[in-house]
Amino acid sequence: MSADHSHAMPPGVLPPVSHHFEDLAQQEESEKLGMWAFLVTEVMFFGALFTAYTVYRNLYPEAFMLASSSLDWKLGGLNTLVLIVSSLTMALAIRGAQTSNRKVMLGNLVLTMVFGATFLVVKYFEYAHKYHVNLMPGPTFDVAAFGEHGPQARIFFSIYFAMTGLHAFHMVVGLILMAWIYKKAAAGHYTPMRYVGIENAGLYWHFVDLVWIFLFPMLYLLGAHTSGLAGGH
Amino acid sequence: MATTHAVAPAANGEKEPKSFWSDGYGWKSWLLTVDHKRIAILYLVSVVAFFIIGATFAALMRLELATPKGDVVDSETYNKLFTMHGVVMIFFFLVPSIPAILGNFLVPLMIGARDLAFPKINLLSWYIYVVGGALTLLAAVTGGIDTGWTFYTPYSSTYANGQVALAAIAVFITGFSSILTGLNFLVTIHKMRAPGLTWFRLPLFIWAQYATSLIMILGTPVIATTVFLVALERVFRIGIFDPALGGDPVLFQHLFWFYSHPAVYIMILPGMGVISDVIACFSRKRVFGYSFVAFSSMAIAVLGFMVWGHHMYTTGQSAYASMVFSVLTMLVAVPSAVKVFNWMATLYKGEIHLTTPMLYALGFIGLFTIGGLTGLFLGIMSIDIHVHDTYFVVAHFHYVMVGGMVMAFLSGIHFWWPKMFGRMYPEWWGRFAAINIFVGFNLTFLPQFVLGFMGMPRRYHYYPEEFAQLNLLSSAGAALMGAGYLIIFVYMLWSVKFGLKVGANPWKATGLEWKIQSPPTTHNFESIPVVDEEAYDYGRGHAKHGKEASVVR
Amino acid sequence: MWKNIPLLPESASTIAGEYDLLWWFLVGLTVVFTALIFVGVLVLISVYRKTKDSPPATQIEGSILLELVWTGIPLVIVIGIFAWGTALYMRHSKVPENPVEMYITGKQWMWKGQHPNGTREINNLHVPVGRPIRLTMTSEDVIHSYYLPAMRVKRDVVPGRYSQLWFEPTKVGEYHIFCAEYCGTKHSQMVGRITVMEQDEYERWLSGSTGEAPEVAGKNLFESMRCASCHPVEDGQTMIGGAPARGPSMVGLHGREEELKGGAKVLVDDAYIRESILNPMAKIVAGYEPVMPTYAGQLGEEQIIQLALYIKSLKKKDGN
Repeated sequence: MSADHSHAMPPGVLPPVSHHFEDLAQQEESEKLGMWAFLVTEVMFFGALFTAYTVYRNLYPEAFMLASSSLDWKLGGLNTLVLIVSSLTMALAIRGAQTSNRKVMLGNLVLTMVFGATFLVVKYFEYAHKYHVNLMPGPTFDVAAFGEHGPQARIFFSIYFAMTGLHAFHMVVGLILMAWIYKKAAAGHYTPMRYVGIENAGLYWHFVDLVWIFLFPMLYLLGAHTSGLAGGH
Repeated sequence: MATTHAVAPAANGEKEPKSFWSDGYGWKSWLLTVDHKRIAILYLVSVVAFFIIGATFAALMRLELATPKGDVVDSETYNKLFTMHGVVMIFFFLVPSIPAILGNFLVPLMIGARDLAFPKINLLSWYIYVVGGALTLLAAVTGGIDTGWTFYTPYSSTYANGQVALAAIAVFITGFSSILTGLNFLVTIHKMRAPGLTWFRLPLFIWAQYATSLIMILGTPVIATTVFLVALERVFRIGIFDPALGGDPVLFQHLFWFYSHPAVYIMILPGMGVISDVIACFSRKRVFGYSFVAFSSMAIAVLGFMVWGHHMYTTGQSAYASMVFSVLTMLVAVPSAVKVFNWMATLYKGEIHLTTPMLYALGFIGLFTIGGLTGLFLGIMSIDIHVHDTYFVVAHFHYVMVGGMVMAFLSGIHFWWPKMFGRMYPEWWGRFAAINIFVGFNLTFLPQFVLGFMGMPRRYHYYPEEFAQLNLLSSAGAALMGAGYLIIFVYMLWSVKFGLKVGANPWKATGLEWKIQSPPTTHNFESIPVVDEEAYDYGRGHAKHGKEASVVR
Repeated sequence: MWKNIPLLPESASTIAGEYDLLWWFLVGLTVVFTALIFVGVLVLISVYRKTKDSPPATQIEGSILLELVWTGIPLVIVIGIFAWGTALYMRHSKVPENPVEMYITGKQWMWKGQHPNGTREINNLHVPVGRPIRLTMTSEDVIHSYYLPAMRVKRDVVPGRYSQLWFEPTKVGEYHIFCAEYCGTKHSQMVGRITVMEQDEYERWLSGSTGEAPEVAGKNLFESMRCASCHPVEDGQTMIGGAPARGPSMVGLHGREEELKGGAKVLVDDAYIRESILNPMAKIVAGYEPVMPTYAGQLGEEQIIQLALYIKSLKKKDGN
């Protein structure tokens, strides 16, 4: 949602305004409001899944605790840490744009991407493990290990994969977005006069982090590891 | 036509100014356009195509229902027909029609902007719509779906045959088109109004689009996630909605109606916006109680999110939950009634021109009243128990959707047709078709209220003998209504080439869109206008008599 | 052709009269308001239609008073009918004493009914006139909805749970049974007849059947599934070797409140018994170990109902 017709230019020069806007202020305000409205729809996207989670957690608390215990809270915790740090680097990158400190901006963008990729790699290992122990929905899905709680554990893992899958998809989109922003940043698009593009990308990145901040305790921590079955499989 | 003024475009010998139509002719100039007006035309063509498809399904259904026995198609085909009719009409006609066609064309013109805030996203939304539509049609021809447009689980997720997953994905994708349109309108209306155009100087059409956009961006993501879960359930057996696996099928209904009830207001609110503008113009009066009409749109949008449970009185949801949903449902009737009364008051002491758009608008008032009042029946718990899922419901929502929304769409299309094409439709045929559709519509759906009270369930292929005559009457009405649509289709096509050429403001209407040439240039305004007048300032033209506008207190 | 067209549904239950009263009130309201709007519009357009010498429009801003009036009046009306309708609903949701209990199982595309004495019927239901009938219903596959238009009742029949419906027929005759929730290809053929009979005629009809009483069938099931190896069915019964029973006794269980592990309480009803058979871990009675295996997939819905009826029949001996 950044400027349509802006081109590389020396810092300090105002970029051209898209043809249909009156002035830069109007364009920037529109871009910001657009991003916030977009994030509202994102909340509603995840909202449906949060509702499903809440309903089933109330219906089947024990099964959810048991199934939750099979997740590795250390990996989840590591990923939480990784994302929080990536939010910091993201904020620093924007700060770099505002202070026309190119090095800070580009360096922190790279760091943000590295952390984002780290998150996905860790997530990959978690998913792969679930696949190997047949806890991933699909033809090999098998919840026999949960005995009586099997069917409900199945719902837990379905919701787990739906929520973390949707979140991971957002991370992938975020990484692509970051690569694009990096390209534009390297070409000198963001100046203290005009940095809505990188700022909006940052908003998106923070939002995706924030979703994880909710997912981590809900899926990995709430009530888990207290039933004597801690440590996963 | 007293108010139509043919204008010879080359009266002073100058060349006709270029319009957005003549800004490029190749296919690229259309398929890669970011001009909101061209995108509106793209939407017009594709939405009308889907309307024709959906209407064909309806025609086959009414043909089948003309007799109690299933003698035209078999049960499976019949079930696929009503499913496709619902899916196509709701997701590909009713939801996008007014926002994506008239809204796209008019929102920037009415607020004095050169385009929507995000032109590329606007084009993207059309492509998403087309992809979603193509996938739906693919699902229809490769096995069809027979779940009903409501996709109720566990039937849809486990038992149904056919392409449920594909259709669910198609609906999921189409949802994004709606979200992007809503987002675009929201930002545009907030940030791109011309100088001086304050919120309370906006045409009520804009208010209605604004309320609609809110519902679009808040509600649509929920249905997207929900149908996506249905697709996952079908493919991976994830168990979320399958009681055999511990899931709760009724949870689906909650999530589904959380969007699908507000979606009803996505469909009707923009129509109410059209009606306000048309009635003001052809009464030559400011809309009575402007701010009440504006705020009633917002009230409907907000209340609309809190009433979904009235679709679920018979599921066994708690009586107290039902009670809350019931009372909130009753409250929606109030802002709706406020609108109807204000429109009537606008007619009072007006200067009424019974043009085609006005006929549709007046028809809307009457039919929407019936649709709204019968909605009260369904909002009351005890009454709903008997008529829930019967033809009473079918009749009720067709009164709102066809009697309301389609009438409003036709009203708006006729009203702004000269602005879009620079040519007038044939007025006599317009009125003829309007009356034809009004009569045909009532003949089709009035008997269905009676059928519903008698207990005829909806989605029945075979039905008991005692319902035969009323069904036959309904089918006859449908034929008449269909003929009306056909007439419109033919003369509208005709008018694009042969209609009377008109100038900037053939209706002598107020509003920024009428101050620029018809059809507008690609950039709409030479310079951004400065607005110093209230909306619907029809008194101005009559400064001699009417400037001393009286205020009733 | 148009002479004998029925335009009204039959009214054959105790609630139909009250229902129809509110119904016709609403119809009246609709007709009056619709007429008001239609006539109003017609009068306005004929009076103010633009003619050669009609005066220009008078610009009117609006009127707070009028807005208040036409916000207030509809508000009062809708709240009024809400109150009326809700009161009716609450009154009708109370089941009278001693209803005749029947069990309905929905299945694509038929309605299976079971009478108290074990008589079964498909797509038909015979009921006595003048007595409250309570249907306990569930589905074997998708959501159906049991609809008796003449009785003005309808209730969704949802797989995985019991739903209930009651009515008291007042008129002998035959009426429609419809499935009102779309359930697949032959949804429109998932219909049947409910036959309301005089009490003595109903008795005669019942005695003509040779069905095994459901609680007897339930007893046989209880034995063949070896439920009795853990659950005592007589007072004071112990297991082999005098060991204490592994599961709660079934005697006098139905209708009692049981304390669960963790202190919560649960009323033992058909739904709880069903849940305990299919998902034994869900609610463990205090003092017992979670050792019961699930019987999901081994017992059909009708068999579960039979087991519940058998357990219901095991009353305490001391006449309690």
